[in-house]
Amino acid sequence: MASITENATPTKNRSMADEIVGFIVMAVLLAAVPLTGIYPYFVMQALCFSLFACAFNLLIGYSGLLSFGHSMFLGTAGYFTAYTLKSWGVSPVVGIMIGVFAAAVLSVITGAIAIRRQGIYFAMITLALSQLMYFIYLRAPFTGGEDGIQGIPQGMLFGFIDLSNTNTLYYFILAVFLLAFLLIHRIVNSPFGEVLKSIRENEPRAISLGYKVDQYKLMAFILSGTLAGLAGSLKMFVTQNASLTDVHWTMSGEVVLMTLVGGLGTSFGPIVGAFIIVAMQQYLASFGQWVMVMQGVVFIVCVLTFRRGIVGEIAHYFKRSL
Amino acid sequence: MQALYGQLLVGLINGSFYALLSLGLAVIFGMLEIINFAHGALYMMGAFAAYFLLHYFGLNYWWALLLAPLIVGAFGMLLERTLLRWLQGLDPLYGLLLTFGLALVIQGVFQNYFGSSGMPYAMPSQLRGAVNLGFMYLPIYRAWVVVVSLVVCLATWFLIERTRLGAYLRAATENPTLVRAFGINVPLMITLTYGLGVGLAALAGVLSAPINQVGPLMGADLIIVVFAVVVIGGMGSIMGSVITGFSLGVIEGLTKYFYPEASNTVVFVLMVLVLLVRPTGLTGRAN
Amino acid sequence: MAEAATVPVLDVKGLQAWYGESHILHGMDFQVRPGEVVTLLGRNGAGKSTTLKSIMGIIGKRRGSVLFDGKETIHLSSDKIARLGVAFCPEERGIFSSLDVKENLMLPPTIRAGGMPVDRIFELFPNLKERLTSQGTKLSGGEQQMLAIARILRTGARFLMLDEPTEGLAPVIIQQIGRTISRLKAEGFTILLVEQNFRFAADLADRFYVVEHGQVIDTFASGELEANMQKLHQYLGV
Repeated sequence: MASITENATPTKNRSMADEIVGFIVMAVLLAAVPLTGIYPYFVMQALCFSLFACAFNLLIGYSGLLSFGHSMFLGTAGYFTAYTLKSWGVSPVVGIMIGVFAAAVLSVITGAIAIRRQGIYFAMITLALSQLMYFIYLRAPFTGGEDGIQGIPQGMLFGFIDLSNTNTLYYFILAVFLLAFLLIHRIVNSPFGEVLKSIRENEPRAISLGYKVDQYKLMAFILSGTLAGLAGSLKMFVTQNASLTDVHWTMSGEVVLMTLVGGLGTSFGPIVGAFIIVAMQQYLASFGQWVMVMQGVVFIVCVLTFRRGIVGEIAHYFKRSL
Repeated sequence: MQALYGQLLVGLINGSFYALLSLGLAVIFGMLEIINFAHGALYMMGAFAAYFLLHYFGLNYWWALLLAPLIVGAFGMLLERTLLRWLQGLDPLYGLLLTFGLALVIQGVFQNYFGSSGMPYAMPSQLRGAVNLGFMYLPIYRAWVVVVSLVVCLATWFLIERTRLGAYLRAATENPTLVRAFGINVPLMITLTYGLGVGLAALAGVLSAPINQVGPLMGADLIIVVFAVVVIGGMGSIMGSVITGFSLGVIEGLTKYFYPEASNTVVFVLMVLVLLVRPTGLTGRAN
Repeated sequence: MAEAATVPVLDVKGLQAWYGESHILHGMDFQVRPGEVVTLLGRNGAGKSTTLKSIMGIIGKRRGSVLFDGKETIHLSSDKIARLGVAFCPEERGIFSSLDVKENLMLPPTIRAGGMPVDRIFELFPNLKERLTSQGTKLSGGEQQMLAIARILRTGARFLMLDEPTEGLAPVIIQQIGRTISRLKAEGFTILLVEQNFRFAADLADRFYVVEHGQVIDTFASGELEANMQKLHQYLGV
């Protein structure tokens, strides 16, 4: 049966060189953005979602687990960061750490529950858990319910870097994103990552070799959830607004779409996918609900004819590792 | 006390919808190995079909009960033939993704034309009013919904477990290749099975129309709860899905009476508990 | 001397088949004439089962020519092939666990008149009558094999393909199955048999084809068996 991870980065024959080149190109292009006329707010948003998608991809691409509830991590970290920044006046770094920590705790708890099942059931469980979080946040006083938390201060990074300056904020977001990308890359290519990939490719064999498969999967889930939280915390500096949208199931669906469009299991696919989907939403915002229809159509088309995603197709065609 | 019985009744009604929808999901999953994320949207289409039948064709509720499942079921069969067919042999997760896309398309289209809020659908005159049972007033329509749902669920169970057609369905679920090698047109069976599952969802939509408003979002949150119901009940048995659906509806109703803040979340919490104690669900077989 | 040329029930020419990427059959050529019992012999992995599955149309990809009663079936789907009169009893027997014995028995639809009536089936397989309401897979291996054969007799098909009917069964049951197949042959059924159990096949078959690497490499009539025992031992590695 063609598995959902069939196009993912293979365990052997990976060319580090391709990926290093890709990284440098990406970093340079992104660093140059403030010098062009491109609206930095859009790129910052796209970077946050790219990180979100990369975190999601860590789970599906390398462990073969499709989480349909990843918005719970994005939103949780966002809410905690937003609240502490606004109401406790903590510094940006502390605010981010609190948000990420909250997401980490949530991922440990939900992971322990969800890992008990696989495949479709895992997807349904994560969706249901995320919906549970949605209803909790709907009622929790600190989130502001349907109004959300607005006017989040961007603050001074390390006490002296003013993040309300757009360019400064941009480079901050970019720096965190690039570091996180490298971290993910490091994880994927570590011995831990190799075990994950071998579990993905042949779980019974991994079990017979003595690996505690569930523990590895749980670890991957926690890492994925925590990094998704980082994306959520970062996003608070960009949008200065935390709302229920960030924990809604449509958000979970969007990160799946981004990764699918870009390429499940590729290194750069989630980033490409995130940029495309964010662009689609920005520039088609006037079309109202047609955006939802279009996203649905993209889902359908991708699943039927375009399963490798953009980067996946490019990588396959040029026989490179991306 | 009246309030408690009232909530129990509402709980039974919600349970009816959970049962009808999880039954449809289980039937579809058994044959197609697809978790039909579009089920909520098709339930919504059933309600809208009733609405259109009334407002554009002057066909009343009774017609809708018959026609809406047929119309939406036919639409479902078209979807199966054109889209879902291609998923055979692929990882079932692709089925989830594709039907998720379908749900987005359907919901998005309806939201574009009808906005996000709901429209009322008049209750049929024959079912209005309430009966005084002494310990409570029983709204006739609500009792009707529960009775119809029970009958339909039992009829479906009977069809699948006790008839020859049902034997074909069970066999084809187990080993479609061999069933086809006996001369049975299995692809047609698959299409019809999807149509049956969709028809059940559409029927639930029609039943729901007079009591909930008919709106594009009516299926979206519901489907996620139904997923939780399915995880709790497992998809191993038809009766299991039905009983779990009704039970969870009742539990939800009770929660609404005793602890309203948790009523939205009680099904999910129960799902967590079941997963911790019995991961394969109450009736399911191992993954 | 003019003999009316009988159209073979099954005429296979150049049959090739693939399981995914694996090329299993490299050009099978053989015939089965009306009323015959023909056996495909060969080692494990030679392609015997694959041949039956290809004829039945349940293999992924196949090429060549399979004429059934003169009709080309290579492009047909398996349900259409079944309706032409081909009945298949797979190696794993395929008894459905979600059906009881009666439902299993009655499952294959009648494809033409003349199918064996149910009481006649119970005559041939008395154990089944007692176990009608048991769940299909609760039967013993031998009983499941009987059921698998019984259900295709109901359909009216006159051409039966049996894939390793004696595999894993006790000698007493094997004898029973052998007697059953003899009776079927006496009633005019045409049977294509795949068997590892050479002795079993030797008693029943009219002709043998030896299969190796997805091709027919030799053929004997039953009378020629003794003379070719040495060759056979070589082919089969027994």
